[in-house]
Amino acid sequence: MAAADGPLYPIAVLIDELKNEDIQLRLNSIRRLSTIARALGEERTRKELIPFLSENNDDDDEVLLAMAEELGVFIPYVGGVEHAHVLLPPLETLCTVEETCVRDKAVESLCRIGAQMKESDLVDWFVPLVKRLAAGEWFTARVSSCGLFHVVYASTPDQLKGELRSIYTQLCQDDTPMVRRAAASSLGKFAATMEQNHLKTDIMSMFEDLTQDDQDSVRLLAVEGCAALGKLLESQDCIAHILPVIVNFSQDKSWRVRYMVANQLYELCEAVGPEATRADLVPAYVRLLRDNEAEVRIAAAGKVTKFCRILSPQLAIQHILPCVKELSTDSSQHVRSALASVIMGMAPILGKDATIEQLLPIFLSLLKDEFPDVRLNIISKLDQVNQVIGIDLLSQSLLPAIVELAEDRHWRVRLAIIEYIPLLASQLGIGFFDDKLGALCMQWLEDKVFSIREAAANNLKRLTEEFGPEWAMQHIIPEVLEKINSPHYLYRMTILRAISLLAPVMGADITCQQLLPIVIASSKDRVPNIKFNVAKVLQSLVSILDQSLVDQTIRPCLVELTEDPDVDVRYFANEALQGCDQVMMSS
Amino acid sequence: MGSSMRTMEWKFSQVFGERQPGEKVEEIDTISAVEFDSEGDYLATGDHGGRVVLFERTNGNYPCSRKELEHIDSPVTLLPLYRYKTEFQSHDIEFDYLKSLEIGEKINKLRWCTCLNNSLLILSMNDRTIKLWKVSDHKVKKAKEVNSNAHVYSENALLSERSFMSDHSKPSVPNGYPLEWDEWVTKKSRYISPTVEEGPHVMLDSGKCTSSRCRRVYSHAHDYNINSISINSDCETFLSADDLRINIWNLEVSNQCFNITDMKPLDMEDLVEVITSAEFHPVSCNLLAYSSSRGFIRLVDMRQSALCDQNARILQDREAHGSRSFFTEIAGSISDIKFAKDGRHILSRDYMNLKLWDLRMESSPVISFKIHEYLRPKLSELYNGDFIFDKFDCCISKDGCHFATGTYSNIFSVFCHDGGHIDGITLEASKNPNRISHNPDYHKHTGLFTSFACGFHRRGHENSSLNNINDVPCDLNSKLMHLAWHPTKNLIACAAKCSLYIYYA
Repeated sequence: MAAADGPLYPIAVLIDELKNEDIQLRLNSIRRLSTIARALGEERTRKELIPFLSENNDDDDEVLLAMAEELGVFIPYVGGVEHAHVLLPPLETLCTVEETCVRDKAVESLCRIGAQMKESDLVDWFVPLVKRLAAGEWFTARVSSCGLFHVVYASTPDQLKGELRSIYTQLCQDDTPMVRRAAASSLGKFAATMEQNHLKTDIMSMFEDLTQDDQDSVRLLAVEGCAALGKLLESQDCIAHILPVIVNFSQDKSWRVRYMVANQLYELCEAVGPEATRADLVPAYVRLLRDNEAEVRIAAAGKVTKFCRILSPQLAIQHILPCVKELSTDSSQHVRSALASVIMGMAPILGKDATIEQLLPIFLSLLKDEFPDVRLNIISKLDQVNQVIGIDLLSQSLLPAIVELAEDRHWRVRLAIIEYIPLLASQLGIGFFDDKLGALCMQWLEDKVFSIREAAANNLKRLTEEFGPEWAMQHIIPEVLEKINSPHYLYRMTILRAISLLAPVMGADITCQQLLPIVIASSKDRVPNIKFNVAKVLQSLVSILDQSLVDQTIRPCLVELTEDPDVDVRYFANEALQGCDQVMMSS
Repeated sequence: MGSSMRTMEWKFSQVFGERQPGEKVEEIDTISAVEFDSEGDYLATGDHGGRVVLFERTNGNYPCSRKELEHIDSPVTLLPLYRYKTEFQSHDIEFDYLKSLEIGEKINKLRWCTCLNNSLLILSMNDRTIKLWKVSDHKVKKAKEVNSNAHVYSENALLSERSFMSDHSKPSVPNGYPLEWDEWVTKKSRYISPTVEEGPHVMLDSGKCTSSRCRRVYSHAHDYNINSISINSDCETFLSADDLRINIWNLEVSNQCFNITDMKPLDMEDLVEVITSAEFHPVSCNLLAYSSSRGFIRLVDMRQSALCDQNARILQDREAHGSRSFFTEIAGSISDIKFAKDGRHILSRDYMNLKLWDLRMESSPVISFKIHEYLRPKLSELYNGDFIFDKFDCCISKDGCHFATGTYSNIFSVFCHDGGHIDGITLEASKNPNRISHNPDYHKHTGLFTSFACGFHRRGHENSSLNNINDVPCDLNSKLMHLAWHPTKNLIACAAKCSLYIYYA
């Protein structure tokens, strides 16, 4: 590597740039730190480069972030694992800077290095570092220390283990909420390295402290820890210690805490097992589904399928389904929207009978929702219901909803429904599609919004892929080609676009018989924009068509366009001609 | 502490930016915000020119004076003294092209953030944009030549001053690059920064310099003028309030915020009140209070729901004082609220009064202090001159028994409410605070008035109003609007025009 870079002089430049005024140069240099280190050799890297970096902690956040990242993979450049400890001092300083992402990266790099260090080195170097950070005057150091305990704990002798546990307990009770938050979010990782008996005593008491914290932000993170801790504990301990906490949290005064519970609850079900779930968590979940706060209901509604998957069908029908019915007429559109995006997944869980009897009315009411997002969310997951109840039953109610969305006044809604048309087509089948949706697909080609016309052209291509060229010949092509006579040049342009998309799918024969003549004819259009688009389309057709046809038809047409009075037309015609040449050369 | 403080005697401590009488004061130099940090080690001021000036407590805690000390037997409370630390340009004039609106650079509020490490963090804001500034001390590295034998060691010097110090007696080609060395040396001059070109240098510490960097900009979230920012006790979030909305931000995320209160009516014709001030509870992370132009203070519990349109509690003075009129309604608009440290009381300031509220007593304040009752007959004139819209700050002492607020003629009042005892004292912001002249002919500075071009007042109105207010017994142009109480000591910093006066008791 060093030799390839033209050894010393570029290295010197890199080193020099580490001190440059220009942040971009410093950044570049830091990014190539490994190159510098390789050139310097292991010993000088240890003795000079690393000390230099340790001092260089007063820099821009971006540079520090890059440095923290590079140092994480630096072990090979300082002489392997036995010298890994020299990397700790610079990272230790980076653990105390005020920018969170730099600290996080430094902690991540420390973890990575610690994972490779020998046990004795960990005790000699890493543990003192953790202790120093944990006792740091500034809370940034203490925050960083929380994420490092799990690296060293397993490797340390028993006495030290006790000390580490008591330090962590103190961090959980720190004065500043930032430290307590860090302790709460790292608790799961730390617990994973701990012996079962300490888990039940020390960790659980720390956990209980955190769950009763005054600061909502700390309790929020404690909720996140529930699932992680629950998985570590044996089932009966989990039921004894974690379950009551969760049930309490689900009735917390703060909606943000309940929101977190709603998001996490299904994971906890796995940890506590089916019986406790039935007895305690189902009622808790039902409460969340009926929470006063819309945000909580949104979170709970979004997890309804995942939750039901853990339950038995009859439990789901008995307890959850009534709530789902209520949510489908919730006053908040966002709740209905969240429900609509997952409710389809319930169909396979509940089985055909329950779906038709109970879920279908809910689908249908959501399909008629006044809020387009709700309808879209239902339509996007249609394949899942189709598998259960069949399309016939659905299509009657589906169609009005689709037509309405297709003509929605918000173009983004129209765009969304166009994207689902191929999916719908495959579900509905050719016959149904021709009757009802074909006209819509054509109508979109003349939409007022460019994105819709573009999507419509693309949609035709995807439909052709779905139903085959023959179907396209019968149903699409004639109508599309008809529209080339549109008086508006933008619509003619859309047709050219559609042709260029359809041609590869339709195959060479149809292209040269049906599509090519239209394109050639358009080269005589009075609008230059059409003409240079013709040039572009012709270029794209070259690779599909026969060599002789290219020479006979396409090339003369392009040559003619190169003499057009309009500069853009000439430019794109020349581009296309060059393209033709390249295709020919390669073939 | 209480009883001894009852007869608080206020003395002048320091002044910054004092002007000679008659010296012209530039509008942009006028101080618009004063704020102590949580320990009282730093003091920040913002001005109409968008600048923020920081003062730091000088290292030792000096006793008041040796002479005074000798007369005092009890342990001395040490008087904090401040010195200029640094200043930076926080905001500049901007132009909102969408609304064809010029946004002034005036700093409306300053708030200190919890110290993360040895640098200071402070939030500053003008009408539309909030910025987070980091102020840190850097050791200045001064180059000093120690060795003229440049070529051999220069790479070491480049690399690490420390390693250079320890290694400089060793030959420096242990890596086996002697051949390329010459090449590098010859090309060096093209690539190397000027200081290095002069030969190897050792950086030596020589004092400190302070640098200020804007770390985050929280913008485009307010359609109306921001009046308050307040940092939550979780040290993670802060609120910003404008006339109609309150938003919550995470300090680390500048591109999104959450709206928790929106008072904007569907039809702006229906607008009956605006938010005038908002503050988080000092301890409970979920509580915040905001005041309105109708004289209400609403308490909001963020735990209850994501949108806090429903207040948990509303503090409202239901006893109508005297006759109500168009002007008393305007004068009832609350200009500032402050939570007491205990979190149980709120201090509020409206145009005429300073009121102390107990959160558990919604219908009336615990006590109400009249600030400038002599102006009551003149409200109509004050309205015509737009003075009735002046927004005075208020502040509260650590023990929660003493309160201060400002008025016209550069005067501020300190009140005491200690159990049953109620007391008040009026001080003038000058080197001689106790020389209060309630002289009716006090407006000798009216000549300065013409240069006063305040952004939110209708200009042009003022000259005509001058004639009407001649009989007002105070100097309306010397408003003492901004003051702050030291977080632990009995020390008040108050801004009179461009001067910052500090008093202690």
